Amino acid sequence: MTAYSIGSEILQILLLLFAAPAFTGWVRTVKCRMQGRTYAGICQPYRNIRKLFAKEVILAENASWIFRSTPYIVFGVTVLIGGIIPFISVDLPFAATADVIALVMLFAIIRFFTALAGMDIGTAFGGMGSSREMTISSLAEPAMLMAVFTVSLAANSTSLTHMVDVIGHGEFILRPSLAFAVLAFIMVHLTETGRVPVDNPATHLELTMIHEAMILEYSGRHLALIEWAGMMKLFLFSVLGISIFCPWGIAASGDPAGLFLSLLLLVLKLAVLGVVVVLIETGLAKMRLFRLTEFLGTAFLLATLGMLSFFILE
Amino acid sequence: MSMSFAAQVNSVMAALILLTAFGLLVQRRILGLIHLFAWQGLFLCISTAIVGYITGMHHLFISSLLTLSFKVILLPYILYVLIRKLDIRRESEVLVNIPRTMMIGIALVIFSYHLTAPVTQLSTMVTKSTLAVALATVMLGLLMMVTRRHAVTQIIGFLAMENGLFFAATSATYGMPMVVELGVALDLLIAAFIFGIFFFHINTTFDSLDVDQMAKLKEED
Repeated sequence: MTAYSIGSEILQILLLLFAAPAFTGWVRTVKCRMQGRTYAGICQPYRNIRKLFAKEVILAENASWIFRSTPYIVFGVTVLIGGIIPFISVDLPFAATADVIALVMLFAIIRFFTALAGMDIGTAFGGMGSSREMTISSLAEPAMLMAVFTVSLAANSTSLTHMVDVIGHGEFILRPSLAFAVLAFIMVHLTETGRVPVDNPATHLELTMIHEAMILEYSGRHLALIEWAGMMKLFLFSVLGISIFCPWGIAASGDPAGLFLSLLLLVLKLAVLGVVVVLIETGLAKMRLFRLTEFLGTAFLLATLGMLSFFILE
Repeated sequence: MSMSFAAQVNSVMAALILLTAFGLLVQRRILGLIHLFAWQGLFLCISTAIVGYITGMHHLFISSLLTLSFKVILLPYILYVLIRKLDIRRESEVLVNIPRTMMIGIALVIFSYHLTAPVTQLSTMVTKSTLAVALATVMLGLLMMVTRRHAVTQIIGFLAMENGLFFAATSATYGMPMVVELGVALDLLIAAFIFGIFFFHINTTFDSLDVDQMAKLKEED
């Protein structure tokens, strides 16, 4: 383990912690601009988090240890994932601990505890949110797995760093299978991060909410941690997409000079991705809950088609 | 543009044709179907031109142009005028629900891959891998005709099948002889006119384009 690999690991985690709110702020700013509203600037999420940390925690009488520990588990696992996905450099000591499948499972752990916490208090909203979240994730997870498996097939490995290495630093090949996988991944991305066709991130106290319903009872630093983890999740899904499907520019192992360029390109790619997410969000209306099976079915279909076209066409 | 890159672009086009075939299968609105059909024609046209470029066969450029003018511009335009005249806003319900149709579609793709695998192994042509996609497009068009009730969507399914056949001809034998292709193109055009006339008649007789209504034409025993 060299100083370079430890350094890039630390850089990644710091970047995740402190750039994720800025990315969320960027997405909100672009969205406001596109819809002709005034915007609070990309630093607003930082101010929100600071405000929430300063507030008092109010717990329901019947809150068990699950409810109290969930924010820390969610936050911790999210940071752990940030150490696994190679978005700055492929030389990560953490990355050896988990491949793509384990990564999806880590996301599932976050969801599992959030859903449990939603039901723990016993309010109707929390249970409703948990049930919806689990329904949706049971459909989104296979699509997500199929989409990343398509890339694994192309790279002959399920290890993320290896996938990034093969696609980003190997010979450029136009792969039709990846085009399908990208489309499927974007649909899963919108689902998992609770964006518009599936869930509306801006609503609070509406009957259609999913993620917000589960965390409705949280307050103070607990809410701050969960909100922060939510922003990091948006950031992570975005960088995961970038690492898998557009890894050009990510620093190779033993190339400290590449880090700066890698960082610059990452900011650029994230900025573009933010605009794309906003375009999708502004262009689509929120779907009815019962239409979501069709939406996620399509994502699964696209991912499967990607896999098939790998065998047929490549 | 190097040959291997051209072949890669060709397989991307094949993938896009497959994608539009699935899009046709799941799209509910007729206007969306017509747009998708036009896109499929465009990808077909590009793919044919690329095969023509790789093999150096110039008649493929002519069939590519024919595809562009008929399937991308003329037929969608005729269909568009038709639905404007008949004032069709949205489609009636599909017979099989959409997720199930997609599953059947995936099964059909696997089936056609399996079916064309021996041919692909024997063939030495650059386009051999796209044959499975072509066959799948034909089958998906057929599936669309089976699962839809509305006359106009059935016609679009039929035209998508024809796209698949054309694609199969390009990928299996580098295109049919010019005379055949011209004949097919003209036939399609005539067919589109005849369909138009039929639609008007069906619409005036039944006040709907739902083909289930035609069961009324049966004599009662």
